[in-house]
Amino acid sequence: MAEPYLSATAMRGGYGKADILNGCTLNVDKGQIAVIVGPNGAGKSTAMKAVFGMLNLREGAVTLGGEDITRLTPQERVHKGMGFVPQTHNIFPTLTVEENLEMGAFIREDDYRETMEQVYHLFPAVADKRNQNAGELSGGQRQQVAVGRALMTRPQLLMLDEPTAGVSPIVMDELFDRIIEVARTGISILMVEQNARQALEIADIGYVLVQGANRYTDSGKALMADPEVRRTFLGG
Amino acid sequence: MDILNAIVAILNFVVIPAAAYGAQLALGALGVTLIYGILRFSNFAHGDTMAFGTGLVILVTWALQAMGISLGPLPTALLALPIGIALASVFVLGTDRAVYRFYRRKKSEPIIFVMASVGVMFIMNGLTRLIVGVDEIRFDDGARFLINVQDFKAWTGLAEGLAFRVSQAITLVVTALACWALFRFLNRSRSGKAMRAYADNEDLALLSGIDPERIVRLTWIIATALAVTAGTLYGLDKSFKAFNYFQILLPIFAAAIVGGLGSPLGAVAGGFIVAFSEVAVTYPWKKIATYLGFQPEGLLQLLSTEYKFAVSFVILIVVLLFRPTGLFRGKAY
Amino acid sequence: MSNTRQAEASSRWRAPVIFLLIVALFVLEGTTRNALFSGSWNSALAILNMGLISAVMALGVNMQWGYAGLFNAGVVGFLALGALGPVVISTAPVQGAWAAGGPRVLLALVVGLGTLAVATQVWKRVREPFNFIAMPAILILGFVLYRMVFDPAVMAIEANNSASAGNIGGLGLPVLLAWPVGALFAAAAAWGIGKVALGLRSDYLAIATLGIGEIIVAVLRNEEWLARGVKNMSGIPRPVPYELDLQNDPDFVARAAHWGVDIATASGIWVKLMYAGLFGLVLLALILLAELALKSPWGRMMRAIRDNETAASAMGKNIKGRHLQIFVIGSAVIGLAGAMMVTLDGLLSPGGFNPLRYTFLVWVMVIVGGSGNNWGSVLGAVLIWFLWIKAEVWGPELMNLVTMPLPDGALRQHLLESAPHMRFIAMGLVLLLVLRFAPRGLVPEK
Repeated sequence: MAEPYLSATAMRGGYGKADILNGCTLNVDKGQIAVIVGPNGAGKSTAMKAVFGMLNLREGAVTLGGEDITRLTPQERVHKGMGFVPQTHNIFPTLTVEENLEMGAFIREDDYRETMEQVYHLFPAVADKRNQNAGELSGGQRQQVAVGRALMTRPQLLMLDEPTAGVSPIVMDELFDRIIEVARTGISILMVEQNARQALEIADIGYVLVQGANRYTDSGKALMADPEVRRTFLGG
Repeated sequence: MDILNAIVAILNFVVIPAAAYGAQLALGALGVTLIYGILRFSNFAHGDTMAFGTGLVILVTWALQAMGISLGPLPTALLALPIGIALASVFVLGTDRAVYRFYRRKKSEPIIFVMASVGVMFIMNGLTRLIVGVDEIRFDDGARFLINVQDFKAWTGLAEGLAFRVSQAITLVVTALACWALFRFLNRSRSGKAMRAYADNEDLALLSGIDPERIVRLTWIIATALAVTAGTLYGLDKSFKAFNYFQILLPIFAAAIVGGLGSPLGAVAGGFIVAFSEVAVTYPWKKIATYLGFQPEGLLQLLSTEYKFAVSFVILIVVLLFRPTGLFRGKAY
Repeated sequence: MSNTRQAEASSRWRAPVIFLLIVALFVLEGTTRNALFSGSWNSALAILNMGLISAVMALGVNMQWGYAGLFNAGVVGFLALGALGPVVISTAPVQGAWAAGGPRVLLALVVGLGTLAVATQVWKRVREPFNFIAMPAILILGFVLYRMVFDPAVMAIEANNSASAGNIGGLGLPVLLAWPVGALFAAAAAWGIGKVALGLRSDYLAIATLGIGEIIVAVLRNEEWLARGVKNMSGIPRPVPYELDLQNDPDFVARAAHWGVDIATASGIWVKLMYAGLFGLVLLALILLAELALKSPWGRMMRAIRDNETAASAMGKNIKGRHLQIFVIGSAVIGLAGAMMVTLDGLLSPGGFNPLRYTFLVWVMVIVGGSGNNWGSVLGAVLIWFLWIKAEVWGPELMNLVTMPLPDGALRQHLLESAPHMRFIAMGLVLLLVLRFAPRGLVPEK
């Protein structure tokens, strides 16, 4: 089997003295959609933040495209091809949509207009409002702007922290559709989600975390079909 | 009913002085609001930054005058202004490096920054006294009037005269230019947008690769440039007296808060609101009321001019009571 | 508050050591005569007296900052209100002043305050769109009424014997009675300001108090009917004997001769000693009360609120009410200091109320002394005051030394002349250094 594009192995660590992650491993191949689900407090967001470098790991390693990035800061990882969409406060509210995208491309030194057009193509609802302040948009549109902002650096791996938190079911479907579109362009997706059922439906690979460690790992379909997983996490 | 004379009197005694004062307050408030929005604290040393910078401008002006350089009808101080700004910026960047950076790294409470700014205020106050002393200084030269009272009366044949001083005209022009340049910078340039982004959402800005120290440096330089310009224009218009610059801190803060702390547009609006209120409330309206046909008993002066800044204080309290985020929805943090 | 690199263990000895240091400085000032010290006990005691008053100020400010985290940038205003106490209560009555306009001024004040009260009630009780119209209307009406009553009354008072009086005069009561009254004036103003500005972000409170300080001082400067404005108000009575009276008292003369001190110096020293004793007593009483309060359940609650406001508020504590309490009490103490100060000086000169000198210098005292610690604030106040006064002498001396190698000329002259201003720079540096390297002050909070 080919080397996975992102490989985070045996991660152990937390924010302070107590460990939240206890030997968690995540792998994502190119163009795959990987979803992390699990009960509250399982360490899902923590695992993703660890992959992004927002907390120090006591043990474990993270490689991206074969390169060891365990020691790199988040900004450096962005340079290496990671994109991150935080759960909250993920846009610049008093900047226009277009300016938000411009800020997303801040570290790029080349002409990013083509990328911007691609983002607008991906999110047509947002393209209409490109000169409006991002803070005035609806919840779902704001999330689209947030994802678009992260896409401006043309990342190889896009990480999303609970992108559908607090949005209505219709908006959630729309968002997931967009995420599938993004993955189709060859970008790997790593996503933490509370709405486990809907997320696993679109997942190529699903990681169920419990107390900071891997509990079940399988394709999204397989996990959905597994009665054990269904009973414990998906409400039957 | 003598409408023409009434209009001229209003222009001469209320509108023109208030507009000039409003422009000066706007520049000062812009600096305060930028520092609040980006560095997230109220800079109590801003008034003394204005005084210190203006002091430097005065020294350079004297040097230029001694060398025989002048700007014709315009005040020589305008030539000295860029040099004064550069020197003051160096000092202010120094204070950031020596004082504020430490607390930024520690993520201290905003009130600690305010206290530190009190220390910086003392130092700048002392330095200003050192370089230009505490006495009143007049450093304007060149032509005084664009339109003077006698000429106006001769042209129009009206009883009321209109005086439009060169310093007032310069204030309005320079302020307009400065505001145009600032808004263009903030809205069109990459660095300006980065500053706005940083003020909006610091974590996301850092994530986007924006260099925080660069933003901080830019903020201090721009705020200092605005402060020194405001101080110089104020000193040209009235005169330079170090204590006045401490007193003007209150109207400047009031202007920034009225407009919405963190909103540059608000700062400009707030500056004019405060200035016009101050002038309108302390002006004796008797003369104009007489022109309009009334026979008023007293001077019709709401408050004596000694209480000018009580007006900005009342405006401040009203805003804090009813709409703390200000007109343009600044940050209340 | 900020973390500290200071060792906890040393805190027990700090206060006594610093106290001894301060005593040593004063003794030096009184005895040695050289470039640094004057060798005059009169001078030392004068500095001590003002230092004790500054200590009371610092105590009040420390209550507001240390117990409640409130940054009061208008200390000078509350000081000035306190100074009004002796003026209004203890100075001699002015013939004809009361008759000229006294009752009308009181009526005007009633109208003014009444308007505010009615307006507030209207705002709260009248329905939504109407109160937007009703409240400003009432305020405007009230203001016009107030001016109609106030202006002629004030003009009459000021016209009455305007050369040597022109003010409303005092009640002629003993001056010690006036001190609590001064504190009351300051407390009343603090209540009003606190009601409006507390509960806002801390720098909003700072700006609001900055404004109120300036306004109060402006009122004193301009309302000549109150305290003669810039014409200054002298003849404020004192609780201790006058030097001249002592000099004419044969008993005192005899004792001075016995001590071998000349009569002028002796009378000066004796008066200052008496003041020092009086101020010292007041200070000790205040510290005692403050320490008791701190250790009481009320004090513990205040500190709990300060250390974790969200938690305290979740537990149901009325934060705004408590902050108001502290703000008022602290301001009352500051007012008391103002009353004491004007008694010591014997005269009120509103032009001298400079915010930098009063508000911000006191802040340096509190930060240096140890915010949150009462003894620390007191020691810090006396120490900083001593340094501030001596800096006027030491600055030029230092400047002399520094400019010695320079040739005589404009530069040297200018530097020497500006030496007294160095103390502003020195104070700023002291504040910044203490804030950074010893943020808990000389005597940290226990």
